Amino acid sequence: MSEAPLLAVENLSVAMGATPVLEDVSFQIAPGETLGLVGESGCGKSVTALSVMRLLPNPPGKFLGGRILFDGTDMLSLDIAALRAIRGDRIGMIFQEPMTSLNPVYTIGDQIGESLIVHRGMNGSAARTETAKLLDLVGIPAARNQLDRYPHELSGGQRQRVMIAIALACRPKLLIADEPTTALDVTVQAQILDLIGRLRVELGMAVLLITHDLGVVAEFCDRVAVMYAGRIVEEAPSAELFRNPRHRYTEALLHTMPAANPPGRKLPSISGTVPAPADRGAGCIFAARCRFAIPRCSTDLPPLTEPPHRLRCWNPA
Amino acid sequence: MTTTTPAVTTAILPPRRLIARTLGTPGAVAGSIILVLLVFGALFASLLSPFDPNATRVCPRLAAPSLTNFFGCDLFGRDIFSRILHGAQLSLAVGLLTVAISLIAGTIIGMVIAFLGGRVDRIGVRMLDVMLGFPAIVLAILIVAVLGVGAFNAALAVGISGIPRIARVIRSATLTLVGREYVDSARAVGASQTRILRRHLLPNLWPIVIVLGSLDLGTAILSTATLSFLGLGAQPPTAEWGAMLSAGREFMRYAPWTMIFPGLALFLAVMSVNLVGDRLSHVLDPRASGHV
Amino acid sequence: MPWFVRRVLGIVPTLFLTWTIVFGVLQLIPGDPVMLALGGTPASDEVLDNERRRLGLDQPVYIQYLTFLKKMAIGDLGNGYSSKQPVSEMIAARVRPSLELALGGLLVGILLGVALGIAAGLRPHGWIDTMTMSTALVGVSLPSFWIGMLLIYVFGLQLEWVPILGDGIDALILPSITIGLFLAGGLARLIRSALIETMTQDYIRTAHSKGLSAVRVVAKHAMRNAIIPPITLLGLQFAVLIGGAVVTERVFARAGLGSMLIDAVLTKDIPLVQGLVVYTTTAYIVINLLLELLYGIVDPRIRSRRA
Ligand SMILES: Nc1ncnc2c1ncn2[C@@H]1O[C@H](COP(=O)(O)OP(=O)(O)O)[C@@H](O)[C@H]1O
Ligand SMILES: [Mg+2]
Repeated sequence: MSEAPLLAVENLSVAMGATPVLEDVSFQIAPGETLGLVGESGCGKSVTALSVMRLLPNPPGKFLGGRILFDGTDMLSLDIAALRAIRGDRIGMIFQEPMTSLNPVYTIGDQIGESLIVHRGMNGSAARTETAKLLDLVGIPAARNQLDRYPHELSGGQRQRVMIAIALACRPKLLIADEPTTALDVTVQAQILDLIGRLRVELGMAVLLITHDLGVVAEFCDRVAVMYAGRIVEEAPSAELFRNPRHRYTEALLHTMPAANPPGRKLPSISGTVPAPADRGAGCIFAARCRFAIPRCSTDLPPLTEPPHRLRCWNPA
Repeated sequence: MTTTTPAVTTAILPPRRLIARTLGTPGAVAGSIILVLLVFGALFASLLSPFDPNATRVCPRLAAPSLTNFFGCDLFGRDIFSRILHGAQLSLAVGLLTVAISLIAGTIIGMVIAFLGGRVDRIGVRMLDVMLGFPAIVLAILIVAVLGVGAFNAALAVGISGIPRIARVIRSATLTLVGREYVDSARAVGASQTRILRRHLLPNLWPIVIVLGSLDLGTAILSTATLSFLGLGAQPPTAEWGAMLSAGREFMRYAPWTMIFPGLALFLAVMSVNLVGDRLSHVLDPRASGHV
Repeated sequence: MPWFVRRVLGIVPTLFLTWTIVFGVLQLIPGDPVMLALGGTPASDEVLDNERRRLGLDQPVYIQYLTFLKKMAIGDLGNGYSSKQPVSEMIAARVRPSLELALGGLLVGILLGVALGIAAGLRPHGWIDTMTMSTALVGVSLPSFWIGMLLIYVFGLQLEWVPILGDGIDALILPSITIGLFLAGGLARLIRSALIETMTQDYIRTAHSKGLSAVRVVAKHAMRNAIIPPITLLGLQFAVLIGGAVVTERVFARAGLGSMLIDAVLTKDIPLVQGLVVYTTTAYIVINLLLELLYGIVDPRIRSRRA
């Protein structure tokens, strides 16, 4: 990448209590670029996202090392006031749980407008006008009289649209979307993804799109990072990754995609489970589940190679 | 008003393990020590008292605490220490009586309405809820108005006013049991209704009953003493803590010990019972913690 | 039907049942009510019969009951035996001192309980939390009349900081503290647990992700969700208190509804006892209703819930 990255995570290590959950995680996102972060549930995607926003609950979350450079400043070194100025203004975030992520006792108009009041110093009525525009933007029709509705009056998909409106209220440079569609109906999933895709272009934002669905990645992302047990194991431009997956874990993930299998048949899944942190040896953590593991895999940790196609494997495809 | 349903623990621990587990926290140990001293003092009040609690003029009126009269003397020259020891007897007895009344009546009512179900249950629950809408002290005072004043009547009044809450909890607990297999099979083999209630339901309710009782005993002691303080319970010259406090109120300017020691005794008694009861309920049922 | 109309109508049967219980219980008082009404003075049969007729006690019980319900519904509580005054007027004269004390106690309780509860809830197991919670645990065992007396002894008699009698505002200080201390323990515990539970909710994370200040997150986003249990406690305690802080009034020799109730019981003034209990329980039920209406305002989900 020639351009200065908007976000650069460098060698980030995080522990939850005594358990290390992120180890030596590095990736970059250029302005306007969309990076997909994929991996099985529990591999550390949400922890990564929350770390960038410095929203990890502490305790148990602890930063053990690394840097998170947003627009050149290290998020880990910022004081709380500087951090607040970035959160919600220059980085927006949407979460996996639309049903519980909105405050049940305030109207959606209030919750969207709040960012504008806090960051843009708008008064109530200016915020209201702007909020109505935002609701239009995220595709909630007849926006004006929707402002006074409460979250419990909306469907899951509509709530996620409201979350998107909140995240985008201040036109952030970066949107972090942590499995934004996982909790939604299949038909609604596509609508929400379309919306994010469209707004990304309209607003020229960079997006960190977290998902465990490779199909979503293929459709939306410029580049993909694959995570396994707290480490990035492979990273490449999407087209390259799908055409030429090299890590055995990535390969296995691709085989579990619906498109890779005859319709009507039960999807295959990767056999075995992620070993608990206590049971991990010195080598590649995937070795225990890998059909192509060689002796070296369980003794030495493979290093991550350089871009454009980064890889952490001793015996790649 | 909240009524919580403790989980139904079907097995009671053997007594020795129960005691060991109950003594598991510093608070419970402190509570147990005070409680044991208190029970000891109450049981042997007559032996331990240096004076007859009701004998007047055993010391100068309102005399300060001294080596002969540890807690001083009241207006009539009675020895406060001796009166407090005898008061322990009365307080514990009255507290136990009160709790027994609430538990026995509350358990029977709760079991029966849940067991009969249907309209009996609906009307019963409605009545219990209305009763729970009376502030506890008002209900007790209303009952005293009917029964008349006196230590026994105060115990009765506090006991009766505690019935609705117990009945409500026992009803919910019984409902969870009524659907169980052994109740159905007992019904199938034609066991009589009272037999099912006694042999199949009651044994399973014991742990809850014990938890409720241990949580209520402290409140019972406090409430009956309150009624006596208000002049609605034990009457002078009975050696009773609440009544002693009421008398001591008027002389506290000259003889603060007349109100300090009875109040301290009452506080320690209630606290020790609460500490032990709270812990006991934890041990018998981890979910029923903290509703004192 | 709008939710609040449904709620308001819902208390009618409760009021009816409550009044019925009061009437029923008082029927059980042993002795001839006419004798009690005459204060035990010996009287001829003729006088007794006249009095009986005047009080409606010659009617069968069910007629008396219906008359009672009718009178309650229009707020006629009858005349007291000893004073011969209308009970409603006697009660009205005592409402003020009891209300003052209730408000004073509530104020102290809220100031103390809210501050400690929030401090404890934001830092569970910190030192404020540990201290507040162990004090609260011990505090539930403290007889409030003893605390009241100790306060009088220390601050009134020894230090002479505050008067212990009189009806000025400063005479309210110690009784308010007595009640407030008692309220604060329970309140702090409730606020603490509600806040701890609320602070782990997803919408709190959302609020932080918007870049809001910690104060705004707690005061706006957490408190409104955590506030229903504490409001309930305060409301119910207030409901009990406006019926008279029986014990505290006694300790501080205040003439309120509580001390009136005790005197009425001791003198067997049945109409007065009946009137006071009806007033207290009705106030309790009405405040309960107001609380439910308040929940609806605080939490929109309650408004839209179907019956
Ligand atoms: N609040 C927490 N407390 C303790 N452990 C946590 C917490 N949140 C996440 N973890 C642990 O961190 C690891 C990564 O979790 P997460 O980032 O949520 O995975 P995912 O990739 O599914 O988003 C998991 O092992 C999880 O158990
Ligand atoms: Mg996740």
